Amino acid sequence: MSRLEAGGPKEHDGPVLRVAGLTKSFIVHAHGDLALPVLRDVALAVSPGECLALVGPSGAGKSTLLRSLYGNYRTDAGSIRVRHDDAWTELVGAEPRTVLDVRRRTMGFVSQFLRVIPRVATVDVVAEPLLRLGADPGEARDRAEFLLALLNIPQRLWALPPATFSGGEQQRVNIARSLIVDYPILLLDEPTASLDANNRDRVVELISQRRDAGSALVGIFHDTGVRELLANRVFEVSP
Amino acid sequence: MKPLLSARGLTKRFGARVACRDAAFDLWPGEVLGIVGESGSGKTTLLNCLAGRLTPEAGSVTYDSAAYGAVDVHDLSEARRRLLSRTEWGFVNQDAREGLRMGVSAGANIGERLMAVGARHYGDIRRTASDWLSRVEIERDRLDDRPTTYSGGMRQRLQIARNLVSEPRLVFMDEPTGGLDVSVQARILDLLRSLVGSLHLSAVLVTHDLGVARLLTHRLMVMQGGAVVEDGLTDQVLDDPQHAYTQMLVASILPV
Repeated sequence: MSRLEAGGPKEHDGPVLRVAGLTKSFIVHAHGDLALPVLRDVALAVSPGECLALVGPSGAGKSTLLRSLYGNYRTDAGSIRVRHDDAWTELVGAEPRTVLDVRRRTMGFVSQFLRVIPRVATVDVVAEPLLRLGADPGEARDRAEFLLALLNIPQRLWALPPATFSGGEQQRVNIARSLIVDYPILLLDEPTASLDANNRDRVVELISQRRDAGSALVGIFHDTGVRELLANRVFEVSP
Repeated sequence: MKPLLSARGLTKRFGARVACRDAAFDLWPGEVLGIVGESGSGKTTLLNCLAGRLTPEAGSVTYDSAAYGAVDVHDLSEARRRLLSRTEWGFVNQDAREGLRMGVSAGANIGERLMAVGARHYGDIRRTASDWLSRVEIERDRLDDRPTTYSGGMRQRLQIARNLVSEPRLVFMDEPTGGLDVSVQARILDLLRSLVGSLHLSAVLVTHDLGVARLLTHRLMVMQGGAVVEDGLTDQVLDDPQHAYTQMLVASILPV
């Protein structure tokens, strides 16, 4: 697949994602401003072709870290820098439009759950991220159909909105949507959580292809078999 | 790149009550900004100040006009501001009756906007109006009917067509799906979402519905008691709210 649509690093050696001093607490105002510290002084770096697995007990802050990297959670201190348009872009404290531009072209996120958009057909849900980059509608649709077929979504479902699909089907639609753009950095939150063995293998194969093609991956993989197949390093997140 | 719309220190009082206090932000081309908060929080007042419909006691609104360059919205003559609001802006009211001319046909409602931006050929205007009716999912054979014969959802879609037909650069929307049945709401949200994307619109959207905000906006400003208490990327404000008031709003959403 052409890397033409995606921004970010082309001829860059070394890390494309650098995190330093990342600190994050949740303050719950309804409970007397209760402070829940989650991340303290996290530092990591990921290079193209690497897959870093976040490990640690439940509640250690793995998901919080992943969501912070994507700008979905606001961090209290520290730095998250990504290679974007061949330069370093700081995401902590960045303007919304900067974060959105990084998300459009450089950094993708595969979550466990699909946020369904009412009335939009599955094939259009999947094609949308590519269309936003200005791709030809026909080509975006072809690519979406290719990915849906690859992920075993029956063709009769492609024209329907995914709202009524099973959990596993929705997750595969979500994976197709997240992989339709060839992002230089990909964040993965339990990408195989509700999949059967056959579909899990298919997803693992797709993700390892991205890694081998030079994407930098950070993921949470509860399934140790999946983690061993994908990750070449682990990062211990401690509470 | 320059901001399309810049507000600085906007303050509006109604008698002794401050409806909007010291609001400031930049809206960039292609951005959809949501203003959320409960009834009485000042969000509609702020929207009306931005669009020049209300005059603030203090502060300024600068708009980067395609025709005139940077203009102070509240320094413009009434005639100039009206022209701007017919050519470069759109305004979608919650109540479609306020945004439509109820006494003339649907086609005339859409055609009037086209004439404001210079269209003169009757056949072209009629064809474009008909195309837009179908784009907002209204049967083309309703072109000559008055909006009085339309349902609430159809009127709202007609109002959207009237506002977007002239391809404005900036659209203000005040609760565009308020007061409509949920099935009608979903249809209008889907329509707005695809139109905003395909026309590369910039928009300021007022809503009390956080689901609508999540679906349509890139950024949010949360208002309480006339003040902006929190702002940021939409998913970040909704998934990791910082201010006590935003946390309360997010926690109050009923799960389905």
